Amino acid sequence: MNTTNDNNFEQCLKCSVCTVYCPVLEVNPLYPGPKQAGPDGERLRLKGGAFYDEALKYCLNCKRCEVACPSGVKIGDIIQLAKIKYSKKKPGLRENMLANTDFMGSLATKMAPVVNLSVGLKPVKLAMDALFKIDAHRTFPSYASQTFESWFKKNAADKQDAFPHHITFFHGCYINYNYPQLGRDMVKVLNALGYGVHLMKNEKCCGVALMSNGLVEKAKRQAEGNIENIRHSVKDEHREVIGASSTCVFTMRDEYPHVLGVDNADVRDSISIATRFIYRLLDEGKAQLKFREDYKAKIAYHTPCHMEKLGWGIYSTLLLKMIPGVELTILESRCCGIGGTYGFKKENYATSQAIGAPLFRQIDNSGADFVATDCETCKWQIEMSTSLKVKHPISILAEALDEEETKRLNLR
Amino acid sequence: MKFDTIIIGGGLSGLSCALRLQAAGRQCAVISAGQSSLHFSSGSFDLLGLRADKSEVEHPLDEVKHLGEMHPYHKLGDSLSHYAALAESLLPQWGIRVKGTSSQNHYRYTPMGTLRPTWLTFSEMATAESKTRKLGDKVLVANFPGFLDFNTSFVIEALRKQGSQCEVTLLDMESVNRLRVSSTEMRASNIAKVFESPEALRELIERLNHVAAGYDCVVLPAVFGFSDADLAAQIEKEVHTKVAFMPTMPPSVAGIRTQKQLRTQFERMGGTFILGDEVVKADIENGKVKKIYTQNHGDMGFTAENYVLATGHFMSGGLVAGTQSVCEPIFGSDVYYLGNRDEWFDKDFFRSQNYSTFGVQTDSHFKVLFGGQPSANLYAAGSVLCGADAMHELCAAGVSLLTALSVADEILK
Repeated sequence: MNTTNDNNFEQCLKCSVCTVYCPVLEVNPLYPGPKQAGPDGERLRLKGGAFYDEALKYCLNCKRCEVACPSGVKIGDIIQLAKIKYSKKKPGLRENMLANTDFMGSLATKMAPVVNLSVGLKPVKLAMDALFKIDAHRTFPSYASQTFESWFKKNAADKQDAFPHHITFFHGCYINYNYPQLGRDMVKVLNALGYGVHLMKNEKCCGVALMSNGLVEKAKRQAEGNIENIRHSVKDEHREVIGASSTCVFTMRDEYPHVLGVDNADVRDSISIATRFIYRLLDEGKAQLKFREDYKAKIAYHTPCHMEKLGWGIYSTLLLKMIPGVELTILESRCCGIGGTYGFKKENYATSQAIGAPLFRQIDNSGADFVATDCETCKWQIEMSTSLKVKHPISILAEALDEEETKRLNLR
Repeated sequence: MKFDTIIIGGGLSGLSCALRLQAAGRQCAVISAGQSSLHFSSGSFDLLGLRADKSEVEHPLDEVKHLGEMHPYHKLGDSLSHYAALAESLLPQWGIRVKGTSSQNHYRYTPMGTLRPTWLTFSEMATAESKTRKLGDKVLVANFPGFLDFNTSFVIEALRKQGSQCEVTLLDMESVNRLRVSSTEMRASNIAKVFESPEALRELIERLNHVAAGYDCVVLPAVFGFSDADLAAQIEKEVHTKVAFMPTMPPSVAGIRTQKQLRTQFERMGGTFILGDEVVKADIENGKVKKIYTQNHGDMGFTAENYVLATGHFMSGGLVAGTQSVCEPIFGSDVYYLGNRDEWFDKDFFRSQNYSTFGVQTDSHFKVLFGGQPSANLYAAGSVLCGADAMHELCAAGVSLLTALSVADEILK
């Protein structure tokens, strides 16, 4: 019998603080909670897989248990690893559809108008609900007819070498297939700061949806490919890698080594989120931002779970506070309930909405013009469940930016 | 990132200090490695409850002179009563309603139903002026089926010893019973979340009015008011029988609420609260802290004019014991401990333990010592300090609050 493993479950003091902050446990009593599912269950599972509880599937991997833990136990990782190691449930067609975000995206963008129209139709929604158990209440994000990559190649790529500094941009599936505008905003802001933007040679989906849908081997192959590309960027081209999505960045920094066993130690510190990268440039006096005088907005910032875990929400809020016409409210940090593809599954729909309800109430009562957040799936959930629209902090910077003046300051 | 003061530790001590400084116009950041030990609160704040001979203290301020010479209270000197009174006036301003005074201890109930002397108790919790004062002649102890963190057998045994006639009843409510699907999750905090719903609360009040009729007092586990203490007040008002809330085993609903209130208040005043991050490294030059680095922020350090170490005792990781020595892991400041490991603890678990008094050494202004010399800008507050045996003196919250307020004044000087 193997009585030990690499995770640190034995650091658990049994204080139960994690259970206070688990958003799932609060609404779904079928979930045994992070303490039982994590370190307590791990003790039993060491004896054998017979002690594995399929109810661990209810964990949405928000990592809020880890943020709350006073003893640094990697509770969320323990649960993820147990699911991978012991779960007998095999991913079906639905899991494959939801998990392969880049494959589905590349198909859908080719026929975007048809796909967007049909997934919005009631009969199609009901059919997907019945056939695939994808909840009919869900609004699917619409697909763009041109991917970000192809826009970039046609319109921006050849201008980038002229800039004095350079950065590699991991755009992720959402920007590429659903919302290329955010990618364009990113290029606009970084260019104004004096940074040329470059894409990875062969970017793959970060793999978070593959991991949560049980397709671990494929996730691992994609992780290895991405890290190889990142290594090339950092070591050979001397360019940091930044992303816009808190979940992609978190996955590549932490889930790769902890959950997939893909070593990224030599480049981990060079993978960052855009708002942190920009804040740092400003803080160290390496660049300046100038905003338009006429930009006015009341903004409520929502901290996505993986941003909370990274501890980096502060960079997004500090940047937003720099815009003179912005009145910023920071919402109490709570899970929105979507958990990536979790909330799309029929069996999780009610849990997902119940988890998000207190956040939705805060947003509807905030008096803000719109919500800002760094995660695309939080955006879908909040736009579906509240009266407000959601914007990424980078898009807000792009809107509020005095582009000419900022360029003048940084490209002298 | 730059701040005026950075406080390491987000518990009672760290947040009290931060609130005081932020109110005085200083920009503060609190860095907290996970949630604090307020989550295990008894429902009361102790100032000084027991003498070395285990006899109970009635007037805590008069007893301080008898404490060991290293005790943090001695560093406060004549200001001790000032800071105790200040804490009493600040807590309600921060939204924390308490009863009690530093001039005279009262009794609080333990989860076993026994009485212990204390200083301040959260407004909803049951207290007693004296040990002979019973809750009533006829007491009903109510619990929820399957809730093991409130042991009714212990409670009725204790209350019967006081001369009360006791009976137990189980409140069989569907809204609470659904938690039992996962039996391990039948916890105070989860039950409290059920009663955030007005419908569940209404049903409970109706049920209590039915079962408690004819009793002088109904005892309930303190599982109400996760976000608002008024919930307990509403129960007291609408139940026709006198209600006494008794603390449960952790997690503590009143403690969690208190933690949330302190943090919210601090953030509302413009303070920066960083949760789930750990300070891993510090740049120190000639006893002056220049910069600190955390796990999450990597090589992007934090700088401030002053730093406060409020990281707690061994359990919170403020102190770390090796095989032969004890250290404070962030700054490596001077730590008081006994050189001979055999003297660290008494084999009788319930006796006073020497390791309880181990901790960081400071000068009389709570400036941390490095090689015997006070730091220029690093202070320590709360249970990381050496000299107190919080468990046997019953002084943990007092040390946390009073030293934190004093450190804030030192920084503002």
